[in-house]
Amino acid sequence: MSPIIAEPPSKDVRDQKHPMEKLLRMDRIPHIWCPTCGLGTTVTALAMAFEELELDLDKVAVVSGIGCTGRVAGYMKVDSFHATHGRAMPYAFGLALARPDMKVIVFSGDGDLASIGGNHFIHAARRNANLTVVCVNNFIYAMTGGQSAPTTPTTAKSSTSPYGTCEHPCNLPLLAGSSGATYVARWTCLHVRRLTKAIKEAINKKGFSFVEVIAPCATLYARLNKLGSGLDLMRFYHENSVIKHGADLNELDIDYQSKIIVGKFVDIEKPTFLDLYNQANKRAFGDKYQPYGGDNGVK
Amino acid sequence: MASSEIRITGFGGQGVILCGYIIGKAASIFSDMNATLTQSFGPEARGSACSAQVVVNDERVLYPYVTVPNILIAMSRDGYYTHKETLSKDGILVYDESLVEPDEDAPHKYAYGIPASRIAEEMGRKIISNIVMLGFFGAVTKLVPRDAFREAVESSVPEGTQELNLKAFDTGWERGEEAVAPKKQSKPKSSRKTEVAGSAAGG
Amino acid sequence: MQADPKNVLTGSHYLDGNHACAEGALAAGCKFFAGYPLTPSTEIAERVARRFPMLGGIFVQMEDELASITAILGASWGGKKTMTCTSGPGFSLMMENFGLGIMTETPFVLVNVQRGGPSTGLPTLPGQADIMQARWGSHGDYEVIALAPDSPQECFEFTIDAFNLSEKYRMPVLLMTDECVGHMTERVVIPEADQIELVERRYTKKKPGEGWPFEHNGSDIPPMLPIGEGYRFHVTGLTHDYRGYPVIDAEAQKWKVEHLMDKVRKHADEIIRYEQEGVEDAEVVVMAYGISSRVVRRAIDQARAEGIKVGLVKLITIWPFAEKLVAELSAKVKSLVMVELNMGQLYYEMERCARGRCKTTLVGHTGGAVHKPEVIYAAIKEAAQ
Repeated sequence: MSPIIAEPPSKDVRDQKHPMEKLLRMDRIPHIWCPTCGLGTTVTALAMAFEELELDLDKVAVVSGIGCTGRVAGYMKVDSFHATHGRAMPYAFGLALARPDMKVIVFSGDGDLASIGGNHFIHAARRNANLTVVCVNNFIYAMTGGQSAPTTPTTAKSSTSPYGTCEHPCNLPLLAGSSGATYVARWTCLHVRRLTKAIKEAINKKGFSFVEVIAPCATLYARLNKLGSGLDLMRFYHENSVIKHGADLNELDIDYQSKIIVGKFVDIEKPTFLDLYNQANKRAFGDKYQPYGGDNGVK
Repeated sequence: MASSEIRITGFGGQGVILCGYIIGKAASIFSDMNATLTQSFGPEARGSACSAQVVVNDERVLYPYVTVPNILIAMSRDGYYTHKETLSKDGILVYDESLVEPDEDAPHKYAYGIPASRIAEEMGRKIISNIVMLGFFGAVTKLVPRDAFREAVESSVPEGTQELNLKAFDTGWERGEEAVAPKKQSKPKSSRKTEVAGSAAGG
Repeated sequence: MQADPKNVLTGSHYLDGNHACAEGALAAGCKFFAGYPLTPSTEIAERVARRFPMLGGIFVQMEDELASITAILGASWGGKKTMTCTSGPGFSLMMENFGLGIMTETPFVLVNVQRGGPSTGLPTLPGQADIMQARWGSHGDYEVIALAPDSPQECFEFTIDAFNLSEKYRMPVLLMTDECVGHMTERVVIPEADQIELVERRYTKKKPGEGWPFEHNGSDIPPMLPIGEGYRFHVTGLTHDYRGYPVIDAEAQKWKVEHLMDKVRKHADEIIRYEQEGVEDAEVVVMAYGISSRVVRRAIDQARAEGIKVGLVKLITIWPFAEKLVAELSAKVKSLVMVELNMGQLYYEMERCARGRCKTTLVGHTGGAVHKPEVIYAAIKEAAQ
């Protein structure tokens, strides 16, 4: 195997400016994530998406919940909010409604969004909240030490399923799509270009857009299941992914260490919560009603 | 003036709460008294028992609940039977005689009946029987001036129904005046003997 | 700054406490409300939902109380004055993110229309048994501000006051009403807008890149940073430094928690509100708040008529507790009596502050009704002996 991560960089390389300096809080680097964690490339994809879209970063907010992925908000150099466990979605929803001129991105993990925040996830999608949601799925609760997540594949081991997980995992694209998301995609964290493109599309999408990112947890998931290094696992996910745009959401279950269907599955148009709120009030009050957020305040 | 404690009882959908609301509003917004309205909340659905309580006082109402009402407005048989024992001995019973037949041995002193439901039906809208009752109650008790009641009715009923409701109120009021007039033109329809209220409303 | 006339329903109205509370929020400039139906608080949300569209506000019925309080936190950082309402079971759920509001020093108003508990308890009947939950309901050390209205008129006024306190001290403020007050309809006089004084949000005067979201000295209240203006600030529920960056150590914890306590404790004299009646020569002082402070007056009138020297302290703020007042009273009266619709919550605060200098009596009640005046009267009579 050719090493993707080389020897530690030399001093003159270290002294160079970080190419993402504009987008990251350099005063908080080094970050807390483990070597070969999938979050690095995922955050890079987000940052690249910001750059390529030439977004006014003053008008972007990132909201995270709790967990390893929950720390992303703290590293992005935009207005950022680190909410309580599971509550990133309603926090972001309130923020986005208060400031419909801003792009609000929810960036959090599978445990945060699908387990403790599962109900919020369903209802934010159902309302078609104007949010971009990036969910990093590493199949485990990593920050707390490797416990089972709602995404842990059946038979995979975790610290609370030492004999193998005995539950069926969540199919996150199916959950998002069936709850009403207007955009649903899944990539692994090694599909950096495709992931960046998906995040860009998701940000430009009006309404609830959802991108699942399959990422390795080197320290816990890989170790507890004897799957080699994080890098090995990252490569495994990449090599075992099958691109199938427009795949039936019901096909997207992920079995333990088997193929992963990736691609863009949903891309539709429909009115957002705010569109419908304004429509309802327009019906009730006629021309006297001033649309909330103005006519062009929405992304 | 000591406080007047009024209980209005009927079944859901009759406008019991609205009736209480208008009494309270007439007293505290369109007259210079204080009135506190409370209602019994429960899992009652339309058609089941419900009641509203109004305490009217010259001074601030301190204790918001009705304990021993001196006025009971009964708009249903069930409501009457549930609450008749709570009415004070010199209290006033005002009832819809289309629906309620008071006991001969009831503990209260004064009883005034009006066929409010029938009158409302004759006026074309059964739903306004509560306002007929209200007018009748107003004239019988003279708790607040007639104009205050009318203003309260006008500002409380749905847009477009004011005229009909005021007509219902006036009809009830006139029947009430007749009922308390010293020399009655006709015998009350209730089998119960009706006495003149005097200043009982202030009791 | 004065209220915007557009938001103020000036005039005399016949409103219940919940509707009056909603009008108070509108008058205070509330523009975002997220809520979940819960008896007996729901009429607040209903009225706001009906009135908001033409006032430029936005109402959302959320999926639960966790989401409701979290959405108003997000909207508060989005620059809006925000509120939610609930009762016991929802109050329990909201405690998680009430703590986030405390930790991140986020202004908003949370109304608890108290009903009987524990658990589902008495959905349609009053209680005052969430008083200690208001104080300690979320984990960790912090101070709270909570007000208790006794009438629809006070629901209107105290809601405005709650918004003002939350902006002034940059923290969530609780309005602890109850089913009786919430569902009681009375005259509510809403003044002209120019008679309503509002505290507006204080933002940093520093330029983007120079201002930080939690910069303060001692008990000073840090100004907020406006979102979307280039400050690119970070807010976290983790213990953090003045920049809002997480710092996980005892020193940062001390800096943060002491600040959360000090900003209330050091301003307690400005925050604490109460009314006193006949306390000067009193041998017995009855303390009560909310609906209880109203029904006690009948018993007090009766006792006074019989020559018992009894006074009343009606607490308007229940938190922070009027410690100094109780200490002073305990040194000069024979007896202090606490009347509350619970089995002893604020009573123990009163007892603590009296430090054995006078007798203390609890007139408790398990809820579902208000105290009978004769029960309070009997307690006053005994306390006077």
